Amino acid sequence: MSNKALQETEAPQFYLEDDHHPEGSTMLGFWIYLMSDCLIFAVLFATHGVLGRNYAAGPSPADLFDLSIVAFNTAMLLFSSITYGFAMLQMERNARMETIFWLGVTGVFGLIFLALELYEFYHLILEGAGPGRSAFLSSFFVLVGTHGLHVTFGVIWLVTLMVQVKMHGLIPENRRRLMCLSMFWHFLDVVWIGVFSFVYLMGVLG
Amino acid sequence: MSIKFKSAAGLLALLPLLALSGCNMVVMSPSGDIAAQQRDLIVVSTVLMLLIIVPVICLTFFFAWRYRNSNANTDAKYDPEWHHSTGLEVVIWSAPLAIIIALGAITWISTHKLDPYRPLERIDAERALPAETKPLVVEVVALDWKWLFFYPDYGIATVNEMAAPVDMPIQFKITASSVMNSFYVPALAGMIYAMPGMQTQLHAVINKEGDFEGLSANYSGDGFSHMRFRFHGLQQGGFDEWVARVKQNGTALNRDAYLKLEKPSIKDPVRYFATVDDGLFQDILNMCVRPGQMCMSEMMHVDMMGGAGVESHENRQKLEYDNRHAGEEAPGATHPATGNAPRSEVPAEGVEGSGTPAAPDMNHNMNHDMHQGHSMPEDGQDGPAPAQLNTNDSTQP
Amino acid sequence: MFGNTTLTQFIFGRLTWEAIPYHEPILVVTFIAVALGGIALLALVTWFKLWGYLWKEWFTSVDHKKIGIMYVVLALVMLLRGFADAIMMRIQQAWAFNGSEGYLNPHHYDQIFTAHGVIMIFFMAMPFVTGLMNYVVPLQIGARDVSFPFLNNFSFWMTTAGAIIIMMSLFVGEFARTGWLAYPPLSGADYSPGVGVDYYIWGLQVAGVGTTLSGINLIATIVKMRAPGMTFMKMPIFTWTALCTNILIVATFPILTATLALLSLDRYAGTNFFTNDLGGNPMMYVNLIWIWGHPEVYILVLPAFGIFSEVVATFCGKRLFGYASMVYATCVIMILSYLVWLHHFFTMGSGASVNAFFGITTMIISIPTGAKMFNWLFTMYRGRIRYEVPMYWTVGFMFTFVLGGMTGVLLAVPPADFVLHNSLFLIAHFHNVIIGGVVFGLMAGVVYWWPKAFGYKLDPFWGKMSFWFWQIGFFFAFMPLYVLGLMGVTRRVSQFEDPSLQIWFIIAAFGAVLIALGIASFIIQIAVSYLRRDQLRDFTGDPWNGRTLEWSTSSPPPEYNFAFTPVVHDHDSWYDMKNRGYERPLGGFKPIHMPKNTGTGVILAGLSIALAFALIWYIWWLAIVSFVAIVAVSIAHTFNYNRDFYIPAETVTETEDARSELLAERT
Repeated sequence: MSNKALQETEAPQFYLEDDHHPEGSTMLGFWIYLMSDCLIFAVLFATHGVLGRNYAAGPSPADLFDLSIVAFNTAMLLFSSITYGFAMLQMERNARMETIFWLGVTGVFGLIFLALELYEFYHLILEGAGPGRSAFLSSFFVLVGTHGLHVTFGVIWLVTLMVQVKMHGLIPENRRRLMCLSMFWHFLDVVWIGVFSFVYLMGVLG
Repeated sequence: MSIKFKSAAGLLALLPLLALSGCNMVVMSPSGDIAAQQRDLIVVSTVLMLLIIVPVICLTFFFAWRYRNSNANTDAKYDPEWHHSTGLEVVIWSAPLAIIIALGAITWISTHKLDPYRPLERIDAERALPAETKPLVVEVVALDWKWLFFYPDYGIATVNEMAAPVDMPIQFKITASSVMNSFYVPALAGMIYAMPGMQTQLHAVINKEGDFEGLSANYSGDGFSHMRFRFHGLQQGGFDEWVARVKQNGTALNRDAYLKLEKPSIKDPVRYFATVDDGLFQDILNMCVRPGQMCMSEMMHVDMMGGAGVESHENRQKLEYDNRHAGEEAPGATHPATGNAPRSEVPAEGVEGSGTPAAPDMNHNMNHDMHQGHSMPEDGQDGPAPAQLNTNDSTQP
Repeated sequence: MFGNTTLTQFIFGRLTWEAIPYHEPILVVTFIAVALGGIALLALVTWFKLWGYLWKEWFTSVDHKKIGIMYVVLALVMLLRGFADAIMMRIQQAWAFNGSEGYLNPHHYDQIFTAHGVIMIFFMAMPFVTGLMNYVVPLQIGARDVSFPFLNNFSFWMTTAGAIIIMMSLFVGEFARTGWLAYPPLSGADYSPGVGVDYYIWGLQVAGVGTTLSGINLIATIVKMRAPGMTFMKMPIFTWTALCTNILIVATFPILTATLALLSLDRYAGTNFFTNDLGGNPMMYVNLIWIWGHPEVYILVLPAFGIFSEVVATFCGKRLFGYASMVYATCVIMILSYLVWLHHFFTMGSGASVNAFFGITTMIISIPTGAKMFNWLFTMYRGRIRYEVPMYWTVGFMFTFVLGGMTGVLLAVPPADFVLHNSLFLIAHFHNVIIGGVVFGLMAGVVYWWPKAFGYKLDPFWGKMSFWFWQIGFFFAFMPLYVLGLMGVTRRVSQFEDPSLQIWFIIAAFGAVLIALGIASFIIQIAVSYLRRDQLRDFTGDPWNGRTLEWSTSSPPPEYNFAFTPVVHDHDSWYDMKNRGYERPLGGFKPIHMPKNTGTGVILAGLSIALAFALIWYIWWLAIVSFVAIVAVSIAHTFNYNRDFYIPAETVTETEDARSELLAERT
């Protein structure tokens, strides 16, 4: 904000002659949204913390989870974060096609992640360990599923942005949107690290 | 009615309330020591807070009057720039703080002293509890929508009526069959939730003979308004007679009888059970009265040992509980789909009314002459409650 | 025949003709009245050819002022519905004695008390508060709109959609019979199989999206769009309370959303979060819902505190006493409100230490609240109090609210709570703070800012009538409930056996009638003021000799709020400007950058209603179609890059010149 305006003079200035352009609030707004989303995950983590050992005389994480698949899945998501970073670097260089390419790679990693997650769910349900089997499985499916849902919407958003960058180029609006999606994507990565550690690793090993 | 308070301050504070003593303020004049201590706590806290509330209210009206615009030409000073005073700020923060420190200390001490889980140490303000006294154990189950009381020491059980000897500590163990309720006898002690699959406790003592009201204080569905029972404070002799009467007139409460009793019903009459199946309360608590059910305690044990593995599908069926009444009504039965309120005992049209409280083996009618002066509402409620729900005739235009 | 049934079921889910409550005379009469009123309204709108105007100027508007007004209109409509529920309960409870069932069976009565709570909190108080914040905050901070104008419009329509879903339950199916927080297991699929709880869930979820987004929007607005020179410690108090409230909204509504989502999964997908069996834990729901629920109370009351602070400073003609301590008190309340949720269920049997901890944290909140009370008190001290209607509400509040605060602290003492919890004492307490605090504050706010929004003051006679009816009616309606609570009477009971209680319920019903007269006076006040608007007209834009920036612009403000962005030097900046010889700029206007209107918010909210309706009635095809449509419309909306325009300098000059002329004429 203008410091000049603050200086007391004989007749203080009470309005700006020039047009006032407050700095954009999109990033702040999106950041606050992410924090609110984070609270949803916090509730689901807390729920899992409370219910995570209520197996209802049924299977436990050790009986169900295949850590190698999950580890591979984690790698996919981490790679996708890196490739998103590459996309952002290309955006900085103002390289439209390269940005789109790296966004595409990110999307592919995201899709592999989703496919593996769906396979895992399908496999569990087939074994009779669906979300209605026990409170533990309810909280597992909903926590992991909510994350998966976020990734799904992230991919839809990603594709939308690829089209928009293709159509309009790296105009300020698109750059802002790419920044927002970038924050969203990395946020999902962080949440997944929590899921992987607390749900899978501590479930199986702890 | 005479209300005896210990502190004169309390009396003073409650003067306006005393004016209302024409009505029966059971919370302010209870008959049990725990409730009496809770009443004292209300009085003391109120007095403490009035120390600050009264000056604030007086100042509000005084300032509002003195600094009114129409008073401008008198000596009421107008100082539009006066907006800060460190001294005053210190006072306005520290005055409430001081009250809250006092109140906080009282809260900490009284919460521990009056913890419902804590066994009693005294019979009333004057008498300590003799060391060897064993409390009367009463196991309470909140059913839809009636109360079931077990007296394990006597092997009897009752519905919607309980009794206890005066000056005898009572230990309540409380649970529920389907949804959350709250066990509350205002004259005796504060309330505590009754929750399915869980046991809460309450220690209390009744110091006066009398017939008191007990109720559910947490909304639990259609029959909630009538989920009331009588609590009798009796001398030891009277209590023994009451037990004898239950034994003489009661039927057997076995698991079958319980499963029928447990079905939703409204305005149930008082019932007596002379014998009770072994471990029935534990099974109710563990949600495994129905044959073939797995008990919660067993499930928790299995879970603690790390679950039962992938091949444990049959356990799920053994543990299902909430849907136990499914299929007794039309599927998805609800008003208005069937013209039937869910969980009401009124069967939907065309559905056979089996297992309603009118079932002959429950022979509850014979108890009606047993308790004079406090019978349940007698508006022809011997059979199932009338089809009062969702019919035009009950809805007066 | 069978195939036919399946087809019907496919198309309509569990919706059948039986769902229409034509056998409930009360509902039929209500429906006829609502339908006739609705048809009359629609006919009038059509007759005066207002559809285009409403659509272009209001429904699709992204102007924070218009959205704010629409929020308040929604709140007032829902106030009437919620109050109708209240008076029905009062009549039932005064009637159902001596074996009489009253005129409402439990099935109906239980829906009414649930609806009353849900509507009053979510669809009366929340939109009212949000509406005032929306209208006033950008003006107070010298901004031209909020940070995300489209989001603002969308939030409003989502809130409205939630209200519509709740209202639909009156005539199609039924509403929840669970109490306003729908505790499981009672609200679970097995104990509440009907559509009632589903209406509850989806109504709140849809509205919750709107509330959360509007919270994000207003935080960003307050943090980023303040006029130059307005540091945080120079913000008007109402803006401060709005900031804290919106932080609370963003930090708690996601918890409500997640909790209700888990409940809906229990109901729809057979999960076991809050069931009795298979490891579920209903107590967790109670904890989670109150982690949202307690801050919610402060979400409502903080802005009311802000309104009183503005009103008391303005009408005492004096700077607010202890601005800084007021700000700190607000922040402390905001933080502490997270640490007290367990006091709503001391009786669940947590240990004594846990109960004592939460009891004491609850009491600590009364310290900053008490400090605030003293701040208002000492603002009056050495003031020159003009008794306009907002000041009536403020003094009424100061008297009424301390009583509610006292009973609140009483309830925070766990052993005392054991005998008072769930009793009518509790009901009296929270109506004491919500009516005495929130409603009085909102009424004061409406009367205070009305001339800003419409250019004329509200008629003071009917305003005072409204105040006295409310104030006296409140005491008649709720003091008997305190007494009844001490008589051991608990809440949500529809029929009574003890005849000695009846007189108190009759007094309470009388109080409710007085409050009804208070609401009627308020509506008459608006009508009379509209008719007398020429006498009540304010040309200055500053009818109360105000102190904050919203009074520096015209009434009603132009679309762009301020022709030039104001520069702030001190708090009470408009007072400061008036004192130091501020001259209104008369020329040199520049084009002003503004956002464009859009209909996307209305469309998305409409689709959300369809989705919710489909989910409630198990009409799966419609659920899929409307969900896909929501996603498609959202994506399509992002392809619109043409979202803003410039108001040409000539238009600004014209508007400002018109005002200059008006001001010159009047002086």
